[in-house]
Amino acid sequence: MTAALRAPVSACPACSAAPAAENLAERALPEDARISLSLPTAHCGACISSVENVLNAQAGVKDARVNLTLKRASIAVEDWVTPAELIRVLDRVGYPAHELDDGTIASTETDKAGRDLLMRLAVAGFASMNVMLLSVSVWSGAADATRDLFHWISAAITLPTIAFSGQPFFRNAWSALKNARLNMDVPIVLAILLAVVTSLWETSLSGEHAYFDAALALTFFLLAGRYLDHRTRSIARSAAEELAALEVPRALLMVGEEPVETPISEIKVGDPILVRPGGRMPVDGEITKGQSELDRSLLTGETLPVFAEQGLAVSAGEINLTGPLTIRASAVGQDSSLHQMAELVAVAESGRNRYTSLADSAAKLYAPGVHILSALSFLGWLIYSGDARVALNIAAAVLIITCPCALGLAVPAVTTAASGRLFKKGLLIKHSTALERLAEVDTVMFDKTGTLTNGAPVLDAPETYSSNYLSVAMALAIGSAHPLSKSVAKAASTLGVSPAMVEALEEIPGYGTKGLWQGQPVMLGRAAWMGARPQSATATYLKIGEAEPIAFRFTDALRQGAAETVTALQDAGKQVILISGDTAPAVETLADALNISRWTAEALPSDKVQRIQELTDNGHKVLMVGDGLNDTAALTAAHVSISPASALDAARVASDIVLLGNELEPIVDALSTAVSARKRIRENFRIATIYNVIAVPIAILGLATPLVAALAMSASSITVSLNALRLR
Amino acid sequence: MDVLVYLIPISLLLGGVGLVAFVYTVKSNQYDDPEGNSQRILTKTYDDEPKP
Repeated sequence: MTAALRAPVSACPACSAAPAAENLAERALPEDARISLSLPTAHCGACISSVENVLNAQAGVKDARVNLTLKRASIAVEDWVTPAELIRVLDRVGYPAHELDDGTIASTETDKAGRDLLMRLAVAGFASMNVMLLSVSVWSGAADATRDLFHWISAAITLPTIAFSGQPFFRNAWSALKNARLNMDVPIVLAILLAVVTSLWETSLSGEHAYFDAALALTFFLLAGRYLDHRTRSIARSAAEELAALEVPRALLMVGEEPVETPISEIKVGDPILVRPGGRMPVDGEITKGQSELDRSLLTGETLPVFAEQGLAVSAGEINLTGPLTIRASAVGQDSSLHQMAELVAVAESGRNRYTSLADSAAKLYAPGVHILSALSFLGWLIYSGDARVALNIAAAVLIITCPCALGLAVPAVTTAASGRLFKKGLLIKHSTALERLAEVDTVMFDKTGTLTNGAPVLDAPETYSSNYLSVAMALAIGSAHPLSKSVAKAASTLGVSPAMVEALEEIPGYGTKGLWQGQPVMLGRAAWMGARPQSATATYLKIGEAEPIAFRFTDALRQGAAETVTALQDAGKQVILISGDTAPAVETLADALNISRWTAEALPSDKVQRIQELTDNGHKVLMVGDGLNDTAALTAAHVSISPASALDAARVASDIVLLGNELEPIVDALSTAVSARKRIRENFRIATIYNVIAVPIAILGLATPLVAALAMSASSITVSLNALRLR
Repeated sequence: MDVLVYLIPISLLLGGVGLVAFVYTVKSNQYDDPEGNSQRILTKTYDDEPKP
């Protein structure tokens, strides 16, 4: 029966490959154009229907389907429908949406490995229930021919099921043995195979005890652990890939006078590229046309925008602020500074590679111990009774009893519970051992710009400026996209100031805005432009007529909850360090405001790594929180690392945990959850050990019947899972 | 005990039907959006007639 059912799944690999090929072909057809949108605010049934109704009502939309679990909409459209159009429509009904790169997320859509595991789990579950039914009848007294018949039926169900469901274990064990190593899977495979072989032998001799149910229950419980583990990680992975897919990698290539959207991979050295205000430099290059200002904070941590004109070299990742720029690509792909930064990451020794997970260290103790124990009991009984059949039976019982059902579930059950809890609070656990490493942290190192601060300047003490100045500045600032201008306009309107009547407004890219107010020229912009003396702090300058220019000073506003987070971390006994590439005064101000006594300014990426290395050498475990490209190497070198969702792709890839929301406070929760998760994992190991201490002598003495084995195995697995659910 | 001759195949068949049903649901993407499915039950959209 089972054999017949299995056939389509495993006997014909080509059959299962063929439908996949068909799907691919379908996707390649032009009329099947798909658009994927991320819908971060969708959360309820009403959201689903309103989004789907709005989208389906659009011309050119064939079918729209919302996936609430992934917070995504997948839309089948005609060729000519653009994502921007649909995003506008959704925005109007109150659902902000972002385009997702279909290529990047296609791989996560069909989680092949997960389905494969689920299928094997289901088959193992089905088989073990049926065999358990038969076994219960044997235990409750079926004898002679009936018992033999039940054993043979059990064997007929068990053998093909093990051959199919046990494959992940066989594969892992084989690759470990090939490299002459032992892992958790080796004793598992040995136990399963030995159980099946002795049971077959017993059955053929009309013996009393068969362990078919134990072999299947073992496979089922262990597969459940594997599946939990896989699902936790695949949810994190698909969310992380979704963040990556948010940055659709395109550049505007100038073909003659027309900008054409081109994938970055097709840009060659020497190509002219247009970068619009607000856009990010796609490649390294040199400015050939235009004037503007550049925001370099993601690369260097500097908050002050840099003036840019013809001839200035720019690096990929810098943001163009005011005027359109044309650049000539000088380094693309592998050679660009983005990639060189990535190489620095590869050199820095990764904290996650140095770490041995709790499960691994348990396996290192466990695997040899179990093999020795079972071999000794085989030899002992062989010498004592002289009967190989009895000795083999006992050895199999020892392996089954000790087999790590509880150990296999101990870690995944806890990490699944903890990751799920932290995901709800806006933290994405990307790496499987990140929680364990987080629990050991005693030092927290923060980057400044974009991490502790928003990376957006806010006007200092706006009420101290005269309302005349403010209203002129507001009038000049209101039409500009420059962050300082936006901030002036916002501060003025918060104070209730209305813009003055300024005529002949003109924005000079790279310098500022000028106009005419009550007949005299007014200008707002860089110090050098109006002959003012530049100040050390971030500032913009307003000149009215021939009067001395006045300065509007800015500070970078703290991220929401930054002060509370730092205080909470210090209260919890963690050492907090601030390190930044920004200038000393800016860093000092922030350190004072947050009450951080240890800070470093003007740090290069390599300085940050060195600092972490020093701390590590002194026995500290460092948690690095950073967002910029200049942090990526430090994020890799730290024991564990967190980056906000607003960070650059490279920084997010380098970090173990991603903060999805805008607040920093979940970091405190993460630390406490990690500590209690580690506690639960250790408790689970202790439970598993106690269970072994009681059960192993029983097995060695030859008192373990299949019934005892089944009871003990289920009891320990369930205890461990329930203990994991207690996590708070 | 002759009844076993019927009962055992029947029990295996019923279990097998369940397994086939499960395999079908996995293959037809029915576990992709558990949260959305639990919410869709509550909407009235296809209450009176099925989706075309």
